Amino acid sequence: MIYKRSRVESILLYTLLIILAVLAIIPFYMMVINSTHTNVEISKSLWLTPGTAIIDNYKIIQGKVNIWRGFMSSAIIAVPSVILSAFFSALTAYGFAKFNFKGKEAFFWVILATMMVPQQLGLIGYYDLCVQLGLIDSFLPLILPTAANAAMVFFVRAYIQSSIPDSLIEAAIIDGAGEFYIFIRIIFPLALPSIGTMSIFTFINKWNDLITPMVLLNSAKKFPMPVVVSNIRGLYETNFGAIYLGVTISVIPILLVVVFFSRSIISGLTVGAVKG
Amino acid sequence: MAGRNFTFFKKRGNKGYLFILPFFLVMISFQLYPILYTLKLSTTSPVNLFENKFVGIENYERLLTNEVFLKSIFNTWFIWLMNFIPQIVFALLLAVILYEWQIRGKDAFRTVFFLPNLVTAASIGVLFAVLLDWQHGSLNHILMALKFIIEPINWLSKVSIARGAVAFIQWWQWFGYTTIIVMAGLSSISGELYEAAFIDGASKTQAFFRVTLPLLRPIILYVVITSLIGGLQIFDIPRVLTNGRGAPDNAITTMVLYLYNQAFKNFNVGYASSVAYTLFFMILFFSILSFKLLSGKKQRGGSEL
Repeated sequence: MIYKRSRVESILLYTLLIILAVLAIIPFYMMVINSTHTNVEISKSLWLTPGTAIIDNYKIIQGKVNIWRGFMSSAIIAVPSVILSAFFSALTAYGFAKFNFKGKEAFFWVILATMMVPQQLGLIGYYDLCVQLGLIDSFLPLILPTAANAAMVFFVRAYIQSSIPDSLIEAAIIDGAGEFYIFIRIIFPLALPSIGTMSIFTFINKWNDLITPMVLLNSAKKFPMPVVVSNIRGLYETNFGAIYLGVTISVIPILLVVVFFSRSIISGLTVGAVKG
Repeated sequence: MAGRNFTFFKKRGNKGYLFILPFFLVMISFQLYPILYTLKLSTTSPVNLFENKFVGIENYERLLTNEVFLKSIFNTWFIWLMNFIPQIVFALLLAVILYEWQIRGKDAFRTVFFLPNLVTAASIGVLFAVLLDWQHGSLNHILMALKFIIEPINWLSKVSIARGAVAFIQWWQWFGYTTIIVMAGLSSISGELYEAAFIDGASKTQAFFRVTLPLLRPIILYVVITSLIGGLQIFDIPRVLTNGRGAPDNAITTMVLYLYNQAFKNFNVGYASSVAYTLFFMILFFSILSFKLLSGKKQRGGSEL
């Protein structure tokens, strides 16, 4: 439905939209600008144009903590998580989409129910479990649970149901292909668009997680990015240029992912909502 | 036995069990077991360093009389409501504007509004902590440059402003997301309904309240429930903004921050587990309540036709 509108209405609308757009961007803008100024400059006044202190600020950061090590740890956690979650979610989704077995509905309800359970609920029990298994300060307990990703199963199942015809599978069976072979060679590649979209979310969620690595990791050299950043203020209490630069370095990759993949991200968000 | 299994999996449908099995093994060992174990812990209290004893609902009783915990409930709800209400109002407004009025650069606006959403909350917390800083913060510099204030204000040291700041940051991170979800809901409403409404002489405002809003009810329900589940678990921003102290005066100690401090700083494991379950039941209760409130009226609307 398209309305006609007066010039005054137009001006008001665009003003509102632009104010909100500026509000969404300005903290990031100030962050980048301030990361190029010295502490003294920042404390004295407001800066809207870049300064020249970025290299000095970088040296201050690296003097106390290796920020790239935080990146490495985040990648070591997030990348295997994405692969595990992609493989096992597709496997589970295919099982639900194209097989008929007893209790299928009930099992699927269990998956839906786990989507409603707050993540924090089992945290203390999980910590105890990791203590018993000797997995504290290891990356494994941060990666393994991602193999059971309920939201992704839900999404990929819907995609397989609506876009992969049964006849394709029947034809492959007649040709003598094994079930696992069919999954790997036919289903997985065909479901890849939905797997890709959901993997962006798996990646971002894993990358952003703060509380689980805080609880499960002890040694500073293993801390992923969010933990490193959350400690940054304590480390450089008096040096704002360095803090801004540290935050900038931590934020830029996600900003790039969001801008670059905004279309698939937005389509991924809305599928869940419209179906749910 | 082997022979029987062989015939069992000869039926193609039963092979589905093998495909879903790994998921359930992982779920049971890494999610379900810890959840049930936490429930058990919530009914225990330490005797000495190595032993716990069963105390029934004692932890829960202690919890409900603990001032800091009750305050953390208040803080959590305050922060959630103060960000969710403006969030849904802005989302409805912006979604209608972007969807129904021909706006140039509609996709660009949508992406920009959404931009803060996926950025690491820990980084956002640190960023706002320095932006809001008393002497060095950009906010005070901007306000002073605009002559709104004469002296710098120490924002985060004031109880209500600190809470408001967390709510604002949450709003800032989520209004774009909610706008996108509401826009998806709008796209499923048929244009013919509006034409019919306008032929019957409805104004734009009437059309919004009588056509758009009732038909958006399922989407609003989705937004309320997902936001409730996520919002009541807020941890990262309050934790980072105050370096874990929840200060001033526990003003932004949320339920999960309280849980974290009790479990992993004070090692009151059983007590903290009861915090986890109280939070869970609270989320469950209010999810069901919103479901009843928001989906129940749909049938009445239908029968009026």
